[in-house]
Amino acid sequence: MTDKTISNNTDNWDSIITSGRGYLDFNIKELWRYRDLLMLFVKKDIITVYKQTILGPLWFVIQPMLTSLMFLLIFNNIAKISTGAIPPILFYLAGTTLWNYFSDTLNVTSKTFTENASVFGKVYFPRIILPLSKVVSGLIKFLIQFSLFAVILLYYIFIDKSITPNWYILLAPLWLLLIVLLSFSIGIIITALTTKYRDLIFLIGFGVQLAMYATPVIIPLSEVHGNKKIFFLINPLTSLFEAIKYGLLGKGTFYINWLAYSTLFTMVFLVLGIIIFNKVEKRFIDTV
Amino acid sequence: MNKEVVIRVENISKLYRLGQVGTGTLSHDLKRWWALTRGKEDPYLKIGMENDRTKKSKSEYAWALKDINFEVNRGDTLGIIGKNGAGKSTLLKILSRVTNSSTGTVKIKGQIASLLEVGTGFHPELTGKENVYMNGAILGMTKKQITDRFDEIVAFSGIEKYIDTPVKRYSTGMTVRLGFAVAAHLDSEVLVVDEVLAVGDAEFQKKAIGEMKNISASGRTVLFVSHNMPSMKALCNKGILLKNGMVDYSGTIDDTIDKYLTSDSDMADSGIIPVDMPRLYGTGEGRFRQVTLTDSKGQVKNEFYYLSPINIEIDLEILKDIPDAVISIIVGTLDGERILFQDSFFEKLQAIPLKEGWFTVNTQINQSLLPGAYSLYLGLAHINGTTIDLIERVSDFHVLKMAYEANRQYKWDSSHGFILSKEPITIKRQ
Repeated sequence: MTDKTISNNTDNWDSIITSGRGYLDFNIKELWRYRDLLMLFVKKDIITVYKQTILGPLWFVIQPMLTSLMFLLIFNNIAKISTGAIPPILFYLAGTTLWNYFSDTLNVTSKTFTENASVFGKVYFPRIILPLSKVVSGLIKFLIQFSLFAVILLYYIFIDKSITPNWYILLAPLWLLLIVLLSFSIGIIITALTTKYRDLIFLIGFGVQLAMYATPVIIPLSEVHGNKKIFFLINPLTSLFEAIKYGLLGKGTFYINWLAYSTLFTMVFLVLGIIIFNKVEKRFIDTV
Repeated sequence: MNKEVVIRVENISKLYRLGQVGTGTLSHDLKRWWALTRGKEDPYLKIGMENDRTKKSKSEYAWALKDINFEVNRGDTLGIIGKNGAGKSTLLKILSRVTNSSTGTVKIKGQIASLLEVGTGFHPELTGKENVYMNGAILGMTKKQITDRFDEIVAFSGIEKYIDTPVKRYSTGMTVRLGFAVAAHLDSEVLVVDEVLAVGDAEFQKKAIGEMKNISASGRTVLFVSHNMPSMKALCNKGILLKNGMVDYSGTIDDTIDKYLTSDSDMADSGIIPVDMPRLYGTGEGRFRQVTLTDSKGQVKNEFYYLSPINIEIDLEILKDIPDAVISIIVGTLDGERILFQDSFFEKLQAIPLKEGWFTVNTQINQSLLPGAYSLYLGLAHINGTTIDLIERVSDFHVLKMAYEANRQYKWDSSHGFILSKEPITIKRQ
């Protein structure tokens, strides 16, 4: 008869799966238990990308290098768009490195559900692990690319002496975090929305491309005048990009109000993203 | 005996939308959202019929599972049995948290790991070793747990030599071995296994079943889905039978399997075919109504001596004149494999005209069926092949090892096929 009392004791179940959908039941403890999986996903991302290539991870640096050189040729030399007080190659390299991290993260996280449906359909693990792993593997790629930028930056600081960073450089990691959080949040919102209706996927492809022109990647904000400036600043990335460049290159503008706006914008999207993602992850496999 | 309940499934139901997802779902979503925001019930949870695939549903929604309740005790090995589409996979998906139920709760004690596939998350570019870590972590192991058991896993898989080779160079068999090796070394208290034993060669399957036995013998709780009844019998102690998304029976594994094999068929015992039985095919111009099997003495039976003829008598009701009927009788195994065919056209090379009314059809199976369990299938068709009526598994019968003549007994332990050939075999010295 003791059996009965044990089986009726509903308090010590380890997990209860319900049909309900909690809005913010974000299980940090569970996430922590799967940290090894996250790191393995990161490792997989890094080592599988350039398998069977001769140059291997060098491609991480070649890509932004070539993009920057192309920008230099087309926008600076042919179109004669000035990069203000910043040396063009430094400006383009900073812009593309930051932009690549943002757009790559957005692109992969926005396909989380559709691209991994076969794994998600077979086994449970906290789904958020996958987009998080993309953020981390993106960071590693970013750091490799950033080291290229750093070499050129050091040249301009110590040999050319035309660039002097300031103490705001210490805040740069914070702005970078905000950039990637924004990218991550938008990405998980899109992937959650596209499990049922695929339409958004088409929008996002050229949406990201267009957004680059509203971010100081090619055109420095100092070259944008009058009431057009507001279109740049309304883009939460603009003030973040500017703040990073301000610290690193000592040139640009530090918009404290717009930074507050970007921070708020990112936080709202992050909370919204987690809510929608949580809601969808429980039964997306039926509709994907 | 420790009888602690480790899994309790309460009122689990799952509603699926039929047809194409993405057409018209937006309007349904809006209606559902509108109803829920006003605090009303989801309007689409009410509709949806019992999930019987033989009938065309009028509703756009169907219950893949409806009010499933059961408990599993610690150390039990539960076999989940049912026909294709009975809801087994959906149930496993809910238990392993791949998808969510529409209503109800599942309560679990301890960690649950699910093996709905062997080698989930294997990446072809990664080496065997890297994939062991990847797969183990996906299944819920920590890096340390995998490292601790790594040598065991590799030894079990039997592919030590290739462990540092990318998996894309592996044969299918090697990949499966490696995947199963990881799965077999999981630590979780509850294991959910789907048909994974259906892969690999015979030797590997034997090893896999042996390992599954070890797992259940070690006191862990296993939920197991398979169509392979012998391995179910070997592995499980409890069973539940699902039918059209509902629990039809639960009990010991032997009872559940018996129930499964004879379910759907009061028909299989009595030979009486219900008039309103849903037919998958057929124009309905005529209907089979009853089948009676008798032995050579005219006694109604469903067990027959080896080598003795089986008489078949069929009652046939014709509702509309058929000018060109062909009747066929098929003997199949209980698994649905058809092994013997006989039709009314063969002898005289002409179809039979049948007028409205009742007919009696008589024939005999005189081929020597080897001992085993068989089932009868009946077909009525036009000469051009249009099906009028088709009944599957109408009557089950056994052929015994015993024969009338004592020296003609079937001597071997297992049936080496289905039909005996009586052709002499001559042996001469070369």
